[in-house]
Amino acid sequence: MLKNRIIPCLDVKNGRVVKGINFVDLKDAGDPVEQAKIYSDGGADEICFLDITASNENRDTIYDVVEKTSKKCFVPLTVGGGVRSVEDINKLLNCGADKVSINTAAVQNPEVVVESSKKFGSQCIVVAIDAKKNANKWEIFTHGGRNNTGIDAIEFAKKMEVSGAGELLVTSMDRDGTQAGYDIELMSKISSKVNIPVIASGGVGNLNHLVDGIKLGNASAVLAASIFHYGKYSVKEAKEYLDSKGIPVRI
Amino acid sequence: MNVTIVDYNSGNISSVINSFKEVAKDKVNIDVTSDLNKIKSSDKVVLPGQGSFKSCVDALNNISGLVDTLNEFAINNKKPLLGICVGLQMFADVGFEETETKGLSWISGKVSKIDNQNGKYKLPHIGWNEINITKDSKIFKGIKNKSHMYFVHSYEFVPEDKNVISATTDYSSNIVCSVEKGNIFGTQFHPEKSDKIGLKIINNFISL
Repeated sequence: MLKNRIIPCLDVKNGRVVKGINFVDLKDAGDPVEQAKIYSDGGADEICFLDITASNENRDTIYDVVEKTSKKCFVPLTVGGGVRSVEDINKLLNCGADKVSINTAAVQNPEVVVESSKKFGSQCIVVAIDAKKNANKWEIFTHGGRNNTGIDAIEFAKKMEVSGAGELLVTSMDRDGTQAGYDIELMSKISSKVNIPVIASGGVGNLNHLVDGIKLGNASAVLAASIFHYGKYSVKEAKEYLDSKGIPVRI
Repeated sequence: MNVTIVDYNSGNISSVINSFKEVAKDKVNIDVTSDLNKIKSSDKVVLPGQGSFKSCVDALNNISGLVDTLNEFAINNKKPLLGICVGLQMFADVGFEETETKGLSWISGKVSKIDNQNGKYKLPHIGWNEINITKDSKIFKGIKNKSHMYFVHSYEFVPEDKNVISATTDYSSNIVCSVEKGNIFGTQFHPEKSDKIGLKIINNFISL
């Protein structure tokens, strides 16, 4: 039986781990390579690096982080943040990333998704959808949640599946950093409209939120940052908790 | 000993390289090349593969003499070869991803899309799944039945001779996830991404 995945996410800025509260107010807290190794040794099903300020700054530091991590961690490594072109994807894959997540570029130029999934295979193309609720719909935001696009998140998710995305990483901008739990409605809506796996992200504050993301949000995988990063829970504890709630996990 | 990872522009192979180098340490030399003479003289060959069946077969055929060299290595000289993911799928006679494409015909069978049962199963099949070991394969030495391996694929290899199957995994149906036919080994899952247990499989192959 296929297991639901737990994916700790490390937000990286200038080669160092940080975790933002609603994408601002950053705290520096560690070396990404060592952190990733701790997670993979602790049973993380995948590791995710998000280069959060990559759109604005020199991002060469992330290549070095990816290269070092991929020599130490032998679970899948997803890298996102500031990925604009097929060449950026190629470079990250060559450094040892297994998947690349594309956010702003997928909205501005969906051809990047089409081209890169053809060139490298859908299995390594993750489209990251940052969405915020507005009345009865969800709108896509880009540039790390700064710019509103007016694009409907559900429609966009369907379009990305057709374009060749292998997975969707769905983040609720309303919940991110709040520890109030995933936007379950958003997750389940998108999951029911596409046939590719959905990774739920944004808002995890406790282990029940992970359970809800899978059971109610129908996510194939759950991503979380701060609950793991600040040591509130270990990945092992999270898995044991999910297991006790009848969710299939790799233990 | 020399182990060659065939670099034929089949997509991202850095994780395969990293994992083999981790396991090999200084004991075994790992080459990453499409140089025909190097392949011929190596003791073992790893055939990775990402992307579509067609794109991988095309990439193999684009390197002049590569398919003949691999045939000589694996079929005539019967030296150990491990195919990973699409590398395994290419053992088949034919694949149906994108368009009907001829494979290497090392193990009779076809590669077709996993039946998603009208959307009940998401594709690609991504994540950790248990393997049911059905045959005492040399690369499973010390690997417990029901161990978790990392998968990412939408197509499955359906061999004609079921005796070549060494493990299956349960997703929509019993998917063939490992084969062994004499000196030819293949895994649909990614040992290079399957943590310590995956590295053990790689070690078993290197130690053959």
